[in-house]
Amino acid sequence: MRAPLSWLREYAALPAGVTGRELAAKLIAAGLEVETVEEADITGPIVTGRVLAIEELTEFKKPIRWCQVDVGNPEPQNLICGARNFAVGDTVVVVLPGAVLPGGFAVGARKTYGRVSEGMICSLRELGIGDDHDGILVLPEDTGVGVDAIELLGLADDVLDIAVTPDRGYALSIRGLAREAAIAYGVAFTDPADVPIPDEGPSYPASIEATDVCDRFVLRRVSGFDPAAPSPLWLRTRLFRCGVRPVSLAVDVTNYLMLELGQPLHAFDAAKLTGEVVVRRARAGESLETLDHVKRTLDPGDLMITDGSGVISIAGAMGGLHTEIDGSSTEVVIEAAHFDPVSVARTVRRHRLHSEASYRFERGVDRELPLAASLRAVRLLAELGGARVVPGATVAEAPVEPVTITIPVSHPERVAGVEYSRETVVRRLEQVGCTVAGDDPITVTPASWRTDLTDPNDLAEEVIRLEGYDAIPERAPRPSAGRGLTSRQRLRRRVGRVLAATGHSEVLSYPFTSVKDFDALLLPVDDARRGALRLANPLSEDEPLLRTTLLPGLLRTAARNLGRGQTDLALFETGLVYRPKDGAGKVPAYGVEHAPSEAELAAIEAALPDQPHRVAVLVAGAAEPAGWWGAGRRAGWQDAIEAARLIAREAGVELRVTADRHEPWHPGRCAALWHGDVLVGHAGELHPRVVQHYGLPERASAVELELDRLPDGHSPTAPPVSTYPVATRDVALIVPANTPAATVEAALAEGAGDLLESLRLFDVYTGDQVGEGNKSLAYALRLRAPDRTLTAEEASTARDAAIARATELTGATPRT
Amino acid sequence: MSAPNKSYDPVEVSVLKPEAVEGAVSDALAAIAAAVSLEELKEARLAHAGDRSPLALANREIGALPPHAKADAGKRIGAARGAVNRALKERQEALEAERDARVLVEETVDVTLPWDRVQRGARHPLTTMADRMADVFVSMGFEVAEGPEIEAEWFNFDALNFPPDHPARAMQDTFFVESEDSGMVLRTHTSPVQIRALLSRELPVYVVAPGKTFRTDELDATHSPVFHQLEGLAVDEGLTMADLKGAIAAFVNGLFGDPLPVRLRPSFFPFTEPSAEVDMQCFVCHGESVGNPDRACRTCSSEGWIEIGGCGMVNPRVLRAAGVDPERYSGWAFGLGVERTLMFRHGVADMHDMVEGDVRFTLPFGMEI
Repeated sequence: MRAPLSWLREYAALPAGVTGRELAAKLIAAGLEVETVEEADITGPIVTGRVLAIEELTEFKKPIRWCQVDVGNPEPQNLICGARNFAVGDTVVVVLPGAVLPGGFAVGARKTYGRVSEGMICSLRELGIGDDHDGILVLPEDTGVGVDAIELLGLADDVLDIAVTPDRGYALSIRGLAREAAIAYGVAFTDPADVPIPDEGPSYPASIEATDVCDRFVLRRVSGFDPAAPSPLWLRTRLFRCGVRPVSLAVDVTNYLMLELGQPLHAFDAAKLTGEVVVRRARAGESLETLDHVKRTLDPGDLMITDGSGVISIAGAMGGLHTEIDGSSTEVVIEAAHFDPVSVARTVRRHRLHSEASYRFERGVDRELPLAASLRAVRLLAELGGARVVPGATVAEAPVEPVTITIPVSHPERVAGVEYSRETVVRRLEQVGCTVAGDDPITVTPASWRTDLTDPNDLAEEVIRLEGYDAIPERAPRPSAGRGLTSRQRLRRRVGRVLAATGHSEVLSYPFTSVKDFDALLLPVDDARRGALRLANPLSEDEPLLRTTLLPGLLRTAARNLGRGQTDLALFETGLVYRPKDGAGKVPAYGVEHAPSEAELAAIEAALPDQPHRVAVLVAGAAEPAGWWGAGRRAGWQDAIEAARLIAREAGVELRVTADRHEPWHPGRCAALWHGDVLVGHAGELHPRVVQHYGLPERASAVELELDRLPDGHSPTAPPVSTYPVATRDVALIVPANTPAATVEAALAEGAGDLLESLRLFDVYTGDQVGEGNKSLAYALRLRAPDRTLTAEEASTARDAAIARATELTGATPRT
Repeated sequence: MSAPNKSYDPVEVSVLKPEAVEGAVSDALAAIAAAVSLEELKEARLAHAGDRSPLALANREIGALPPHAKADAGKRIGAARGAVNRALKERQEALEAERDARVLVEETVDVTLPWDRVQRGARHPLTTMADRMADVFVSMGFEVAEGPEIEAEWFNFDALNFPPDHPARAMQDTFFVESEDSGMVLRTHTSPVQIRALLSRELPVYVVAPGKTFRTDELDATHSPVFHQLEGLAVDEGLTMADLKGAIAAFVNGLFGDPLPVRLRPSFFPFTEPSAEVDMQCFVCHGESVGNPDRACRTCSSEGWIEIGGCGMVNPRVLRAAGVDPERYSGWAFGLGVERTLMFRHGVADMHDMVEGDVRFTLPFGMEI
């Protein structure tokens, strides 16, 4: 809502010197979000002048006028002007040298078209009060000469632009804002809606059928309206300053009063109406072409204004084309009504039909306004458009229960933690229009324009904000008995830290994905990850799905980094993936008067998708760069699997690794990762085609783990530390090349028994010495007893037992 | 010395003869003096002061002497060994000094050579920022509550006093999960965690909830469809706006290490009543840039205040929907923007930097913020 300071001053008796900026600070403190203050940036001398003589200069590309204008000085002003819409004897606005026009345009005497122009004759746009640049502003004949035009036309005006929150419909009007301004300065407020309503009969037959969504409907009428009558400059200036384009007098008057009072008004051409006007819901199959030239099929839920011919207007949103005021309308019917906000909101949403009127109705319009607003409308039309007010008003209405709220006087104090006297509480509530009865507790009837005041806390807020939030003290927080982060939360942080500490950079990619990603990942048609949820209103149709895997976002982020020249990458992401549950239906909603039951809450959870935490890591390019120390090392499947082990170790477990085939990994370089019998995820080198799809370096590798399938972490029991010496034994075993090292290692460990302290693979050899299709695995065994020094025999026996078990389980033969 | 010594003469034990001892000493001193490296000195030490050296062997014979001769022999051997050890020590020091002066110098390397073989890593600054913000509250005794990102509309809106068809719902620019009446949305704020926390925890409740939130804003310099908030909620007996203001002031002090003033401005959120926007005094200029063009402040645009989020007293309607008796309990809540905090606290100029995952942006933030 844009509000010119001059308009606010008309109804709030603000002190003379108050600027827009100062008022803005006060309004902000009272809870109105003033987004900008456009400060008047025009300085004189700018005066009225009468055109004395015009000489047409024809030697230039376009016609130019050389004018003499009487601005009240002994000598006329010589002025060059390119516009042609004025004549000798017209009164115009002359900007004299030294003046500055809006936008910082300084005017001086300057030579142009071969003459010295001592200033300029102005258009509306140059003066900052209109869009019209085609012609010079010509003032009424009775305007004097040499009059200060800034004062006369209100050229210097601050404009406040206020983002009104949805609860405060009343602030979408000069009336509402002026009231707040008056309260903020403690000065008098004059209500522009406070006009005596004459008690007369109806003016045009009307009734309300849908009384549940329209509780007041008023029609008034003027006759003999001059459709050619222009809107006066003051009215156009105010509309322009509020960001509303002037159209015609009839439309401008309805817009003007909507801005001033907050009551949307609609003007019908009475000559185009047939029969009684009825407010009712649309019937199936009805349609209407609205003022924006869109033909709309109506929904039985839409509220309509109808007459004998059918639908003529969508209530509270937009009028129909065929009853519109036009250039020949002389009989005008003004509609002012009060519609149900929810009904208007639904219609607006259904038809995507946002208008200044619907915006206000959705946020609540003062139910008591229609009679006064319509009266002011017909009077303005009469005054400015030469019309005659047809006496009478048609008032159709439905009874409405008044709202009252009873609160103890101490309620605002209980909310704010500040003491307010009864006098303060009552005064503040009365200032915002409430009626207060009773001593303590008090019974409060909010003003008709404050439909947002329904609860005790609403009243508390009025008192607290008007007394100032600055008056609220800070009370130091009392420590509560928190138990810190949960072990799961600590695990997630640990995983992030260990990955960062081992050279990985975290990314946070958007969780939006597409079938194209699933194709690029080579996911089979029946892969569960293709069963992604879809957004009804995605930002881009390219990515309408919600991720079921972290990989696409990670791979795309890697590609972006590569494109920017980072060739060696180690990235990770932790976050949720979204897995719809089989057969899950619509997520239920419940009332809000009390908590849902356990069963009701369970029904919500059952319908929501699974949203487990995952972690994914991508490595590409060099894991270690080449340098003066020698060659580098390319990142590969080993790094991905090791990252998985690192993560699992933070959860206190050692992963079991088995070979697997799983997209998008390389079929020969893919590991399934297990915690016991639970599949936790996969790791390895990405399939070359996946690497190619995302434009990654060869051998790029990745891991994706479901963190929720790992335990929280462990709380280890202190191990006994033997101080007896260690015995070491090396073992080399020949096995078929396809025997997993993990299997051999497990067999050795099992065979060596309790004396085994650790076991480490230190060499893998293939070649002539071990035979075709075989490999040799060399392990270092460290053996130790807790209570004695091992004899050489004991150590060797343990080693032999380890070999025997490996031979038994894997067919390994000792290498000699 | 096969026959028993009836009339003992020490001279008879040849190795203890003064000439023999003196000879051993002078041999030793010569060898020590001749050693030109620590290795040679080690050999000399072994030969002349070791277990099998002449002086050591001589020393062993002392025990066989009659008591009256022991003292004399012991004295002479002791003096001899002392002389050798002194010489060893001096030579050791001399050779070590020489080594220090020459050999270690020859081993000089260029210590400015880089050893950047291990990649650096970092957590995303939004993660560390959210953790840091949460930790300030955890240190006050708050716990960290959680909720899903695909949320029931009932939690995201209804329970938070956004009635259906109220314009406040439209304000939230919601992503709906297909179909539009699925009852599911991408949560538009972390506030549904308030309801979840109240439904699942014993009162009083003191929690914060950091997390991802979603609105249908196109990515630009100041907006992102995916962003992060930190929700805070306290529900207890007798809580007032003074407690809210105090908690936020404590948070600002905790995050900036400076007890900067905070300011509340009335505002509107359906789930709080009264509601407020909350500003902190600019931690860079402390308000001194206001009306002072010579000291313009980029952090607060010379406004003196920085908006950090929204807050208010939990609307009693919300308490009721979460099964809390508003006659007995009251509460406060706030929502802080993690992106916004990172932007002004660390001079991030553009939202793109926080969403693109460019490692050049992320790495300098390291592990902590």
